[in-house]
Amino acid sequence: MSLDLDIHVRREHFSLEVQVSAPAGVTVIFGPSGCGKTTLLRAVAGLEPVDHGKIVIDGSDMTAQPAHRRAVGYLFQEPRLLPHLNVLGNLKFAQRMGRQVRGQSFDEVIALLELDPLLDRAPFALSGGEAQRVALGRALLSAPKCLCLDEPLSALDQGLKHRILPYLERLRSHTDIPILYVTHDAAEMARLADHIVLMQAGRSVLSGPAEAILSSPAAVPYLGVRAAGTVISGQVMAPDPTTGLAVIGFDGGQLILPELSQAKGHNIRIRIPAQDIVLARERPRGLSALNVFEGTITQIHSGQGPGVMVQFKTGDTLFLARVTQYSAQKLELAVGQTIFAIVKATAVDPAGIGT
Amino acid sequence: MSWFSVSPVELDALRLSLWVALVAVALSLPLAVAMAYVLARCRFWGHGLLNALVHLPLVLPPVVTGYLLLVVFGRKGALGPVLEALGMQLAFTSAGAALAAAVMAFPLIVRAIRLALEAVDPRLEEAAGTLGASPIKVFAFVTLPLILPGLVAGAVVGFAKALGEFGATITFVSNIPGETQTLASAIYAVLQVPGQEAAVGRMIVLSLLLSFGALVLSEILARKIVRR
Repeated sequence: MSLDLDIHVRREHFSLEVQVSAPAGVTVIFGPSGCGKTTLLRAVAGLEPVDHGKIVIDGSDMTAQPAHRRAVGYLFQEPRLLPHLNVLGNLKFAQRMGRQVRGQSFDEVIALLELDPLLDRAPFALSGGEAQRVALGRALLSAPKCLCLDEPLSALDQGLKHRILPYLERLRSHTDIPILYVTHDAAEMARLADHIVLMQAGRSVLSGPAEAILSSPAAVPYLGVRAAGTVISGQVMAPDPTTGLAVIGFDGGQLILPELSQAKGHNIRIRIPAQDIVLARERPRGLSALNVFEGTITQIHSGQGPGVMVQFKTGDTLFLARVTQYSAQKLELAVGQTIFAIVKATAVDPAGIGT
Repeated sequence: MSWFSVSPVELDALRLSLWVALVAVALSLPLAVAMAYVLARCRFWGHGLLNALVHLPLVLPPVVTGYLLLVVFGRKGALGPVLEALGMQLAFTSAGAALAAAVMAFPLIVRAIRLALEAVDPRLEEAAGTLGASPIKVFAFVTLPLILPGLVAGAVVGFAKALGEFGATITFVSNIPGETQTLASAIYAVLQVPGQEAAVGRMIVLSLLLSFGALVLSEILARKIVRR
C-alpha cells in the first residue's frame, strides 16, 4: 500500500507544487498555517481540483476520479457527523456507501476505537473527542485505501488531545494503509510520525523518515527551535532493581525515566527536545542527571540566532542538542569529536511518550 | 332541506377541493425540490430572472395568472394544439383546476424548501462524498433527510394555498359544478343568490374543518420528523 502524489494547484494568490511518496504508516505533513497542507489533503481526496499532476493510490491512478470513487477516508478538523442519524447510523452509512471490498470489519473498528458505549447516542450528545473518534471510525468503515487526517485534534483542548492520541497510535499499528496527517503541533508530530514532509509556501522543503528529519539540523528552521529534537524508539525493559526507575533500551544505550505507564516489553517512542540536552567534552562526574550518553558529533549547524544545533550519534540513534554560540566556541566543538550528552530524566514530557 | 344535511353539490365541491389541493401539491413538490436546489446551489447567468419568474404568481393578481394560463394552456392558447394532439384539455376541466392551484402554490413551496436547503451544511455532503456516496446518494441519504422538515412545511403551505385558491382557478377553469367548482368557488356562487345563508354556513364550516384538519395533521407529521 502506498501513495504517490504529484500535485500542482494554482490559485490567484497561492500555488501548491508538491511531490510526495507516502508508504504505509503515518506521514506527517508539517508546516505553518497557509502553507498548503490542507489544500494538499483535499486534492488527494478529490475535494479540490488539481491543475495538473498525478494521484496514485495503491497502484491505481485516481487523478480523474471524483471524490466518492477515490477510496480516501478523510477526517476533517470538525467531526461532520450526520445529525439525522445516531452514531450507529453514521457508522452504517459509511459501510453502506463505502466500497466494502477490503474494509475492516465493523466489530474490529468498534473495538479499536472503543465506540461500543456510544452507538445509541445522537451526534449532538457527544463530546468533541467522542465525536472525532466516531468520525474516525466512520472513515475507517468506508474501506479506504488511504486516510487523510486534517488536524483532527486542533479543535480539542489539550486534555482531550491526550485522550485521543492513543487511539491514533493504535490505528497506526493496526492498519497497513498510508495515513497523511496534517498538523502544526510538534508534539503530535513526534508521537505519530513515521515519515515527515516539511512544507513551506506551497512547496515541500524536506522529507524523510521521522527520526532523521526531527534530528536534522537542516530541518530546524522549518520545525522551529522548540519542535526540533530526538525521537528515540526503544523498548521498555525491567525497572532498575535498586532504584525502581523505569528503563528504556534503545540502539545506543539505556534511558532512565522516573516513571512510565507502559509495561515491560512495549515498544515506545520518546521525544527529547534539543534544548533539553546539555553537552560536555568530558564524562561528567558527581551529577544529579541519570542519563549520560557518549556520542560522536556528526553535524554542527549555526543559524542566524544565538543557538547552535549539534547533531551527534550514539549507536544508531541520532541526537540533536541546542547550545549557545558561546558554549560551542568555548567547548571548541567540531565534527568527529567525542561528546557527552546529559539528559535530565524529568525533561521528558510524559505526554510526548508514544507507542 | 335541513340546516345540517350537506347537498350533493356541496359534497362534490368538497371532494374536488381536496383532490385539486392534493394533486397540486403532488405535482409541484418534486419540481419545487429541483427548482429550490437550482436556486439555492447553482450560480449561473439569469439566476435572478429565474428566481423572479418562480415568484411571479405570488405577486401577480391571481386573475392575471389565470388569464395567462388560458393564454398558454387554453384551447386556442400557445400550447393548445400540443395538448389537443395529446388528447388533453386543461381549460375548464378539473385537471386545469389542479394546474392553476399548483402554479399558485409553487412559489410558496419552493421558498420553504429553498430555506431548508440553504440551512444544510455543505460540509456534511462533502464528508458523505469522501465516504463513497455518489452525488445522487448524497442527495437521497443526506440532503433530503435534512430538508425533510422544510419539505413538509412547503407541502403544508402549498396545500393550504391550493385549497383556498380562487382567482386564478375561476379565470382559468370557470365555476362548473361537479367539474371545476371547488369549495371556494361554490361559496362564491351561493353568495350570489339571496336566501342561501344555510348553504353558505355549511360550506364555511366544511372549509374550517378541512383547513383545521390539515393543520393538525401537518403538525403531527412535523413532530414525528423532528423526533427522529
